[in-house]
Amino acid sequence: MSEQLQHDEQAHPGVGTYLTVAGVLTVITLVEVGIFYVPAFQGWLAPVLLTLSATKFVLVVGFYMHLKTDHHLFRVIFTVPLLIAVAVMVALLFLFGVVAL
Amino acid sequence: MTHAEATHQTSTGLDSRKIGMWVFIGSECLMFGSLISTYLVYHGKSVAGPTTREILNIPLTSISTFVLLMSSLAMVLALAAVTRNDIVWSRVWLATTAFLGLVFLGFQAFEFTTFVREGLTLQVSLFGSTFFVLTGTHGAHVAVGVLWLVSLLVRSFQGKLGAEKALNVELAGLYWHFVDVVWIVIFTVVYLLQ
Repeated sequence: MSEQLQHDEQAHPGVGTYLTVAGVLTVITLVEVGIFYVPAFQGWLAPVLLTLSATKFVLVVGFYMHLKTDHHLFRVIFTVPLLIAVAVMVALLFLFGVVAL
Repeated sequence: MTHAEATHQTSTGLDSRKIGMWVFIGSECLMFGSLISTYLVYHGKSVAGPTTREILNIPLTSISTFVLLMSSLAMVLALAAVTRNDIVWSRVWLATTAFLGLVFLGFQAFEFTTFVREGLTLQVSLFGSTFFVLTGTHGAHVAVGVLWLVSLLVRSFQGKLGAEKALNVELAGLYWHFVDVVWIVIFTVVYLLQ
């Protein structure tokens, strides 16, 4: 087994980190649902929920999928198609007039 | 290094199976991206059938979202247990992950049957078509994940899932966590941003 692989395996977070991330994910989900029911937040719902959702996404990918500590090649392999998917999504939303400048 | 390990090495020093799994996950990003885009493009353009505000059950879906998040926790705990060669706890956490996946599928089956009873089907409206295709595709991925986890459990009870096979659990974990992050996006875009 290469030194890089040994390094990668040692770099995985511990159980404490996994539990902390699970706690944060739970709190964010509760906040998301809470905000949904608060009328005062209706004007800010989209940006706030998208930010919270992105935070959960990054936490799971970074810590549970070990992308934060694994080899950078995995980050590239995942991030490039993800960015293409987001770009295509944004382009389609503009193209079909769902959002406009 | 065993012969089996040696055959999976690449010039990068990384295991080809793990690279392959990340490439697969990358391609899945594009597929789910297109499904989510289609849902958003046709959102609010239905001329028949129930609307999102009339039919979506946020409290119920919040619980199923929490269940799927906790299954991801169980999955990483299973990987940690396998890595330290803790056979008993690796079985416990793998079984917990599979069980929570089944609970999520149960919630989805309940939701789908309720929607059909209330008049929302694949054919009735653009919302029905895009909603069922998007969440149904995700549900199919969860079902595949449950089968994969059960197969790992069987291998464990056969005595073939020790620390030297931790990568097998890691690959299943990558798939499972990806299914989880896709749901994080679907829950926000489809259920909360109505």
